[in-house]
Parts: sequence; C-alpha cells; structure tokens
Amino acid sequence: MNRLLKNREFWLALAILAVIVLVTFRFPRFAQASNLLTIFNDTSILMMLALGQMVVILTRSIDLSMAANLALTGMLVAMVNAAFPWLPIPVLIAGCILVGGFLGAFNGVLVWKLGIPPIVVTLGTLTIFRGLVFVVSGGAWVNADQMSQDFIQLQRGAFLGLPILSWFAIVVAGLMSVLMTRTPLGRAFYAIGVNPTASVYTGIDVGRTKFLAFVLSGAISGLCGYLWISRYVIASVEVAGGYELTIVAACVIGGVSIAGGIGTVAGALLGAIFLGVVNNALPVIGVSPFWQMAISGAAILLAVVLNARGEKSKGRVILRSAEGVA
Amino acid sequence: MTETSLHRRLPDRLDNPLKSGLLSWEMLLVLVAVAIFVANSFASPYFLNAWSLSDLTFNFTEKALIALAMALLIIAGEIDLSVASIIALASTLMGLALQFGADTPVLVAIGVGVGIACGAFNGFLVTGLKLPSIVVTIGTMSLFRGIAFIILGDQSYKGYPASFAWFGQGYVWWVISFELVLFAIFAVIYWVLLHRTNFGRRVFAIGNNPVAAQFSGVRVDRIKFVLFCLTGLMSGVAAVLLTARLGSTRPSIAQGFELDAITMVVLGGVSILGGAGSILGVVLAALIIGLVTFGLGLLNVPGIVMSIFTGALLIVVIALPILWTMMRERRA
Repeated sequence: MNRLLKNREFWLALAILAVIVLVTFRFPRFAQASNLLTIFNDTSILMMLALGQMVVILTRSIDLSMAANLALTGMLVAMVNAAFPWLPIPVLIAGCILVGGFLGAFNGVLVWKLGIPPIVVTLGTLTIFRGLVFVVSGGAWVNADQMSQDFIQLQRGAFLGLPILSWFAIVVAGLMSVLMTRTPLGRAFYAIGVNPTASVYTGIDVGRTKFLAFVLSGAISGLCGYLWISRYVIASVEVAGGYELTIVAACVIGGVSIAGGIGTVAGALLGAIFLGVVNNALPVIGVSPFWQMAISGAAILLAVVLNARGEKSKGRVILRSAEGVA
Repeated sequence: MTETSLHRRLPDRLDNPLKSGLLSWEMLLVLVAVAIFVANSFASPYFLNAWSLSDLTFNFTEKALIALAMALLIIAGEIDLSVASIIALASTLMGLALQFGADTPVLVAIGVGVGIACGAFNGFLVTGLKLPSIVVTIGTMSLFRGIAFIILGDQSYKGYPASFAWFGQGYVWWVISFELVLFAIFAVIYWVLLHRTNFGRRVFAIGNNPVAAQFSGVRVDRIKFVLFCLTGLMSGVAAVLLTARLGSTRPSIAQGFELDAITMVVLGGVSILGGAGSILGVVLAALIIGLVTFGLGLLNVPGIVMSIFTGALLIVVIALPILWTMMRERRA
C-alpha cells in the first residue's frame, strides 16, 4: 500500500480518473465506454511519440525534431502514395519507419560522433526538416482525393472492437515495455541517464546508446508521420507545427525526469492520456478550446514541481555536510 | 541535490576549447558576414542600397535584443524557451490596455512591465523552487501564450496610435531606425555588463562551476533570478517594437522567435553548456542571420526554405571547430 502511494503513475492515473469523474458529474455521457475509447484513439499518436521522446530524455538528451520529422516523413509518404497508389500500405509504413529512423540517426550521429549538445542538434534539424517539407512538396498540399483509399482507411478499420490506430499504440507500447524492462539495451538507456560515468565502467557505450535512442525516437516519428497524415487526410508544411513541445509535455507530466534516468512506459502513456482527456473534456464542459494551451502549460509546471519533490528523496547523501550548502 | 540541473555536464576546467580560440571565433564570424555581404551584393542588384540595408536591420533587431540577454542566461548555464510567449502575452496586454484608451507611455510601460513580471516568474520557479529551467520555460511557454489565446482567441487588436508605431517604424536620422539605435545601445550596455563588471565575471563563474561559485561567495540564485528578469525585460522591449512595427496583435505573434534567438546566441560562440561566450559574437551572429535571411529574401527564397539555411548554419558552425580539433588530434 505504501509503495502504491509513492508511485507516480498511481497518482497520475488518479488525477485522470478525477478529471473524468468531474466531467461525468455534469455530462454523464462523457464516461461512456465509446467516448473513452475515442479519447484513447485520439491520443494514440501522442502516446507513441511520448514513448519515443521518453527514451531520448532518459539518456539525458532531448529530441525537439520529432514533430518536424513526422511532418517530413508524412509528406514524403503522402507524395509517394499519390504518385504510386498501387504500392501496398505495409511497404509504405516500413518506408516511413526507415526514413524516420534515418532522420533520427542523423541527429544521433551528431550527438554521438561530434558531441554536440542534443538540444542544439535537434533545434537545428527541427528547422531543417521543416524546411525540407516545403522543398519536397514545393509548398503544395497533398489532399484526401490524391491519397488511395487503402492509405486512408487502414487505421480506421476495426479489430476486436478497437480501431487499428489504437492497436498501433498498444503494440508500440507493448514492444517498448519489453524493450525498456527486459533487454540490455533498455536498461542501458536508464543506466546512462542515472550515471554516465559508471555506465562506461560497466561496458556501456554511452554515445552509441544515445545514438540508438535517437534512431528509436526518429523511427517512431516516422511511423506517426504516416498515421498522422492518414488520420487528418492532409499533408502540408504546417502539419504538427509546435507539436514537439506537446510531446515533451506529455513526458514531463508522465513523470519522466528531464535530468535523465527516471521514467516509465506507463508514465509516458498516462501523461499523454492526461493531455488527451483534458483536451477532450474542455469542449464538453463548454470551455473555449483557446484555454487548452494555458491549461497544458499549467499542467506541465504542476507536474514538474511534483516530480522535483519525488526526486529529491531519491538522491543519496554521501557527504552530509555538503548538503546544506547549495 | 544542488541547484544545478543534473542533465548538464559541468565543465570542470576553465580552458574551454572554444575559449582559446575565442578571438578567432569572432574573426570567423566577421569573415562569414563579409562573405555573405559580398555574395548578396553580387546576387541581387537591389542589395547595395542604403534603404535596403536599413530594411535588413528590421530582420533581426527584435530577436537580437532578446539574444543579448539570453546570451548571459545561457552563459550562466540556464535557458529560457518562453521568450516568444512573453512577447505574445505582453503584446496582448498592451492591446487590451489600448481598448481602455491607454496612450503610448502607458502601453510601453505595460509591455516592458509584463516582460519583467514574466521573467521574474520564470526566475522564481527556477531559483526559488529549484526546477530545471528547460522544463519550466517549456511550461511557461505554453502558459504565457495560452493566456494570450484566452484573452484574444482568434481576434486581433489594431489601431495603435502613431506615436506608438514610431517605436517600430520610426527613423532617428536618415536611414537609421529607432530599432537599430536601441539595439546598438543595448548591445553596448550588455557588453559592459558581461565583460567589464563584477556581475559579468560572476555570470561566467556560475556557468563554469556553480558550486565553486557558491563557495566563493557568489549569490548564484540571486544572479540567475536577475538574468531571468533581464531576459523577460528584453522580451518586453521586443514586444513593444514588434507590436509597433506590425501595428496589430494576434496571439500567434512572434512564433518561433525563441529558436531564432537561441540560434543567434549559439552561433555567436556562446557555449550551450555555459561558462563561455561574448556579446560581440552574439551581435555578429545576429548580423549574419539578418544578412542571410535578407539576401535570400531578395532572391525570392521563401521564409521556410531560409530556415534550412539557419538550421544548417547552426549545426555546421558548431560542428566545424569540433571536426577541426578532431582532425588535429588524429594527426598529432
């Protein structure tokens, strides 16, 4: 019981439940299973992106280029689909993951081989990728009528009562969960975040592990590029503009520490769901959607204040006399 | 856990690789600026003209004003991603005051005051509650602009008085705009502050080793708080200039300014890890970015494509010295 009370994910789940209950109080239909599943489906893309971002943040890095990566791969896949409608969708999805992973690898190489701080690298690639969307498309849009039916309908199909898009999120979450808790690589992501120096002594290649984290976040961005475009059936330069910070916000709310080494798959998922529930609840209770931004900002600040408290108890005091100084 | 954020590698030596080549770094920037200037004059017949060159300065003065304060903040090992949102909030509140009949002095006071207040809020969260600045300012970035959206929605404020518009559109003498003069004055002030005062030395000390600085009697938290307030102040000033220049306020104003300002700072040779940098470098970097965007603009290159150049410039300029050092070490 005590362990449960100290569990960040538990409190976050409780907060989400509280929002749902409060809204349901006034609008009983909000808590209907179908509506909750809709929210889940709406949040699927953010959940996957948050998982990718989490891995990067765990290694004491940050990937600000995810949304731009998504926009670029999304535009490319939409153009390929418009030009060659006969190409099967699974091939396109594999292509997206490859292209996204390649863009992520570009970030990763700069961080790994040149040692440039990740925030600088991804700040640069954020503008480069976004600019490339314009270059490849010539500023034109790819509209719904240019996309093939398979391209649009795949994620809308249902399997066991859930839309395929939701299944994408579930499968990615499952794979990530296994990766993070059951494989040496997953543990290495945590290790280099907690203590990079000690990780070197245990035989972990810190640079290479960071590189792989960026490849992973890039590959997920690429996958989401296809999902985003086929969901909103329009590919343009502005796709997912400013979304990079929403992804970071989901992680921070989910208890992923920006200092690295702390964070769980469940936490990142719940962080994304929290944002999804709030955004879905606002119009229901009659609050203008213009409140969304301020509310998520306040949620980030609140979450980071709470996280900082949780983390403080974790540090072991080695030299007690030095503790009071700072 | 000390007030230093753990995600940052603390430089444990004073001889930063950049520092020894600091002089040559600025030399490099000057050469790049001259090269772009010459390329521009060849590329477009409209470039070498007093009025064109004057227009060029409007490209970067507002962002560069923020970059001056941001440079100090980054040297001290912190960062502020909320500057563009501070502009949005300050501009919105100025517009709101305008609806109640505020005149120019009041509008300016509100713009600058809101900027300082927002900066103080960031500073309090970072130094008072010991939170990492990157997360705090990602949060306030949404919060400040979010408040602007709550107030304005999809509307806009217009009808600023002519005396107010002068701040963004007026000329002090011939082609020398008020914005440019203001930027020059602030550049000198920040140069003196960073390179010629105790305060500046302390900023460097904090960036190099906050714990050691604390032990040497530097009030680390207080100085960081002041730096956040300064960044807020400059954002407020930029809000006045930008609002006056555009003559209208929308909540989406100044979107992406934070990235441009940080690009200027980093391009100017300020170490993103803190502890090294110069105001001269930042001013040169601002000039370079202004030259690049204006030159490409004359060639009818769309703004979004220009961003590829700024992004690539940022990475290449940082990567080159690192590659150079690596090659030299390999040869040795």
